[in-house]
Amino acid sequence: MAHRWKNDLTKEDVTPYAAFLNRRQIMAGLGGAAGLGLAGLTAGQAQAAGDEALEPNSWEDVTSYCNFYEFGTGKTDPAAYAGQMTTTPWSVEIDGMVDRPGSYSMEQILDAMTLEERIYRFRCVEAWSMVVPWQGFELADLLDVAGVQDGAKYVAFETLYRPSEMPGTAYKVLDWPYREGLRLDEARHPLTIMATGIFGKPLPNQNGAPLRLVVPWKYGFKSIKSIVRITLTDKEPPTSWNMANPREYGFYSNVNPNVSHPRWSQASERRIGGGLFARRQPTLMFNGYEKEVASLYEGMDLARNF
Amino acid sequence: MQQINTLLRRLPVWLVYVAGVLPAGVLFYQALNGDLGVDPVKALEHRYGELALQLLVLTLAVTPLRRLAGLNLMRFRRAIGLLCFFYVVCHLMVWLVLDVQLLDQIIADIVKRPYITIGMVGFVLMVPLAVTSNNMSVRRLGPKWRQLHRLTYPTALLGALHYVMLAKGFQLEPLIYLALIGGLLVMRLPPLQKLRVV
Repeated sequence: MAHRWKNDLTKEDVTPYAAFLNRRQIMAGLGGAAGLGLAGLTAGQAQAAGDEALEPNSWEDVTSYCNFYEFGTGKTDPAAYAGQMTTTPWSVEIDGMVDRPGSYSMEQILDAMTLEERIYRFRCVEAWSMVVPWQGFELADLLDVAGVQDGAKYVAFETLYRPSEMPGTAYKVLDWPYREGLRLDEARHPLTIMATGIFGKPLPNQNGAPLRLVVPWKYGFKSIKSIVRITLTDKEPPTSWNMANPREYGFYSNVNPNVSHPRWSQASERRIGGGLFARRQPTLMFNGYEKEVASLYEGMDLARNF
Repeated sequence: MQQINTLLRRLPVWLVYVAGVLPAGVLFYQALNGDLGVDPVKALEHRYGELALQLLVLTLAVTPLRRLAGLNLMRFRRAIGLLCFFYVVCHLMVWLVLDVQLLDQIIADIVKRPYITIGMVGFVLMVPLAVTSNNMSVRRLGPKWRQLHRLTYPTALLGALHYVMLAKGFQLEPLIYLALIGGLLVMRLPPLQKLRVV
């Protein structure tokens, strides 16, 4: 049953962004019923993702149920308070071991990148999951724009820290700014994208506007939001949840049903959107992307490097 | 305060039971209809647990309120305690049936996860309290009844700890409950018991 993303697909298999947008408009024109919209996406994604298609969650699921602690720890806090975050102008500082360090404006980045659609499973460390239709580009393409130098081994990311627009930062829930990191080979993996949109629309602020990471085989907190800095380095960078509680959150944080969080099991998950009586689903190794990413961790003890 | 106490004396206790149970039904109905957000299971679980904690704080406050503020809620203390137990049961049922679902995982969680172990111990300690919350038990147990019902204190502490331990990162709300419950327990220490304002 567990099948899903097929890596033998090329970019030609992905619905072109413009066509995707058109389809959304057609669907809206048909009456905008949520059911119709979903049916349209499913059909489109069937060609993109292979025989057994992933059914995306609804817009409401994805945009009303978020963890973005800079706006509060409640699931609905980000949707309520993230609106005040200024996202234009926006620029990303790319520095560290790169040939062309500097401040890259959002416009510059978008001009250099081609957006494509990716429908990924999204698994939170809290044992709930969704399926999200993202738009974005591969992180590797952005890294190439800056030119990664030999010797760089890791990529560090930082979220915007602007207390005046982020009520949640009044409390030291975490050591702000929020930080994440990947090994360079994880960052360059074709599944790793920088997202700029969902459902063919620009990312809502609560989902990490205007630019966020999406690493579908890792727990959701690795997919850092509203990124303002990307640093190439030769040392494993400190990451927020690992700093807060190293016993519970490792640097890798790959989805792994066999390695429990100390406080709860990771063997199964509740898929959001199923209502009050939805059955739990078994969690898949690497969130179902085992075929694509298992080779990155060959020879590693995943229970120790959790 | 006298006027409030007079008014409260006229309030029938059964009305407190009815009003106390009502939110459970309303919340369940809302969860069923999607009015508690896109994750109704967690929302219901948390709301029931929170109500149980609030009622726990209220039962512990009955005695200090009478002593320090002259507010007499003694007539309702049993109702508040039983309602608290009722919400703990609701919270537990949502966790068992709607959230974790799988029996082996439920058992593994109770044994392996400290915050769940603590929650379960708190629940088990509440059972004899709920069972003996009737006039007949009070008569039969005599002075032992009072001793038995001191179990409320460790139960309350376990309830607060249960909430503190499940929080991700440093969160304020669980600590507020812990402080409230801790404070209400400290007021029962012998040196503070003689404290009287009214």
